[in-house]
Amino acid sequence: MRGVHDLTLSPFSFETMSNIPENLRYSKDHEWIAVDGDVATIGITDYAQHSLGDVVYVDLPRVGDKFDTHESFGSVESVKAVSEIFTPLGGEITEVNDGLNDAPESVNGEPYTSGWMIKMKMANSGEADALLSAAEYEEYLEASE
Amino acid sequence: MSETELKRTPLNAAHRALGGKMVDFGGWDMPVQYKAGVIEEHLRCRNRAGLFDVSHMGEIWVTGKGAIAFVNRIVTNDVTKLVDGQAHYSALTNEHGGIVDDLLVYRFGEEKLLLVVNAGTTDKDFAWISTHHSDADDCTIENASSKFCQIAVQGPEALKIVQQVTETQLDAISYYHFSEGRVDGVAAIISRTGYTGEDGFEVYAAPEFAERLWAKFLELGGYGTENGILPCGLAARNTLRLESAMSLYGHELGDDITPYEANLGWITKLAKGDFIGRQALAEQKEAGVSRKLAGFEMIEPGIARDGFDIYVDDEKCGVVTSGSPAPFLKKNIGLAFLPPAFTTVGQEIRIDIRGRRAAAVVVQTPFYKRHK
Repeated sequence: MRGVHDLTLSPFSFETMSNIPENLRYSKDHEWIAVDGDVATIGITDYAQHSLGDVVYVDLPRVGDKFDTHESFGSVESVKAVSEIFTPLGGEITEVNDGLNDAPESVNGEPYTSGWMIKMKMANSGEADALLSAAEYEEYLEASE
Repeated sequence: MSETELKRTPLNAAHRALGGKMVDFGGWDMPVQYKAGVIEEHLRCRNRAGLFDVSHMGEIWVTGKGAIAFVNRIVTNDVTKLVDGQAHYSALTNEHGGIVDDLLVYRFGEEKLLLVVNAGTTDKDFAWISTHHSDADDCTIENASSKFCQIAVQGPEALKIVQQVTETQLDAISYYHFSEGRVDGVAAIISRTGYTGEDGFEVYAAPEFAERLWAKFLELGGYGTENGILPCGLAARNTLRLESAMSLYGHELGDDITPYEANLGWITKLAKGDFIGRQALAEQKEAGVSRKLAGFEMIEPGIARDGFDIYVDDEKCGVVTSGSPAPFLKKNIGLAFLPPAFTTVGQEIRIDIRGRRAAAVVVQTPFYKRHK
């Protein structure tokens, strides 16, 4: 997801640290990825949802759509802004979280569970190895502040 | 532009202490939202009370025997109709009838007017007014913006909150009227005006009292308690005014947009006598406008944003001037310029949202009206 660093934010610090589950992988565009065989579940991170603010709309692709690595697969909208979401992996969409149509705020409240966005059959499961670990993502966040 | 170059209101530290997300708003370092977030800030203002720092707005005094006559020939509304303690909405226009800025004109007395203008256009407006002012106008003009702070308390609880710290009988001040008095002991102008569609007050005082008044309103409003007053940032200010279909300069209003195009015929008094742009406006009134402002709501999923193109029967014919989710109404709404024939309530339009033409319908404005 891009657009997070476009706001001229003064360094704000959360009262609690950004939540970064250990068992997931991450991208520098603030997506999280859960890999299960050759299927990847993708959403945006706690850091991303916090920077966006209240999510009011999520624009997702359809089952069957194919994307290349780093291609935009949709967008997440807050009241004030639209941020495109980029897939960190290439593949075909197998499932889409329709629940986000009625409850886009799940992205804020539960970014790693009910806020999931797409499931994708990876074209090349080796690509997942290039993703960041939780520790690497945390380091990345700290370095960019 | 580095942060240090941005202008700051006297409440800048207060905003940061409250967790404000600061952004550059027309050269000012302002909070776009605070910890609660846009939606909660918006709803709290409609349901209880919201607190707004509007100190960045501009204030221009016009004083002297010729004050009323001078202002009356540079704005569209009829200044001679104001009585002491009354304010009205107006527009400064150029020779083509285009809007230089929208503003409020306050009459303090027969020889004393206060013009309250937008933050981003204060310098432009003062330069414009100066250009059209000469000794022959028998009045003095003063850009007094740095001598004021301005804090707005808006919402159904606003009166109750402010009344606790003023002897002035607030319920005796009717809408678009004001009184000079003291708030928390501080000399102030208490104006029953606002930009949210709710009841409320805009309090003007000397800038050194800003932090004190701000803290006092938070305290009296119960900030931090359940349903207590919340400070509201620019994002909530925008969604609130949009739900109330109030125009924003740079969106619905601009140098190339006339009052008739922007549904501001009601503040355009051609009969009052000559004013800048009167001729052009009279001609336009006669000939009719080629575009007109209308409100719409989305009927297919999607959020229309500022600048998106609008189609009717596959022909591009309009543009969105302001578009956003409406937190209270729970719809996605917007304002747009359309050919007059397509501004009838019920007209279906299609808005190009990043390549997808989503259906919307023209609706009656304001989208939201408060219960009295």
